[in-house]
Amino acid sequence: MEQLFFVIFAGIALIGAVNLLLRRNPLYAALSLLTTMAALTGLYIMLKAYFIAVIQVIIYAGAIVVLFLFVIMLFNIRAVERQTDRRGYLKWLALPFAIILIGQFLYIVRLFEENPTPVGTEIGFTEAVGRKLFTAYLLPFELTSVLILAAIIGAVVLAQKE
Amino acid sequence: MVPMSWYLALGAVLFTIGAVSVIVKRDILSMLLAIELMLNSVNLTLVTFSSYFRELSGQILVFFVMVVAAAEAGVGLAIVVLLFRNRQTVDVDQASMLKL
Repeated sequence: MEQLFFVIFAGIALIGAVNLLLRRNPLYAALSLLTTMAALTGLYIMLKAYFIAVIQVIIYAGAIVVLFLFVIMLFNIRAVERQTDRRGYLKWLALPFAIILIGQFLYIVRLFEENPTPVGTEIGFTEAVGRKLFTAYLLPFELTSVLILAAIIGAVVLAQKE
Repeated sequence: MVPMSWYLALGAVLFTIGAVSVIVKRDILSMLLAIELMLNSVNLTLVTFSSYFRELSGQILVFFVMVVAAAEAGVGLAIVVLLFRNRQTVDVDQASMLKL
């Protein structure tokens, strides 16, 4: 049963990713990325990482992809599509690169094939994550807010009109 | 019970598709989207290890990756808007001179 759900979610995620690869229009690419993120949320719930699943929906799907869609709305999509075709030779660069990369990954993944520890006690609840975040990882968490502040200032300075 | 290697293989395949997209695509918006896909696949791998080894630190790391992704998307899209305003294009090959 769980394997069936894995196959369904993984299939949806792969379809979204391949669609992102094939579409030339960035609007469709953003929407297929949204599909992949939704499927990954299902996988996170299967892995009992509930907090991560929720912030995946809120931050990635709710904030980042919507930000992308707003920026895409500012552009003339037809002109973008017309400008950026005709570079077929990159396919022949990407193909051997992909084969090497996937070969390396699957070679490493093979090492984890035997005796997988079953997912037993549920550790991904919000309380446990929050406890760890505010005790062991307090300093990185605070530095994160500095990073966000720098990003806000950078975005405002870059995008303002002169 | 789903074997751990299935999740890791899915993460590897998603990462490869994202990397190939970065190489093949030439408009900067699609490249940023592909980078987000790669970050997502790494997040899946981290959550998998975190769940199977019952160590919560992986999920904390996913949290930080998401924060960095949000910051990167904000600054990156500001740069895209600036590029489009000055050049009327989102083609990365048109922006290879380190000045606007």
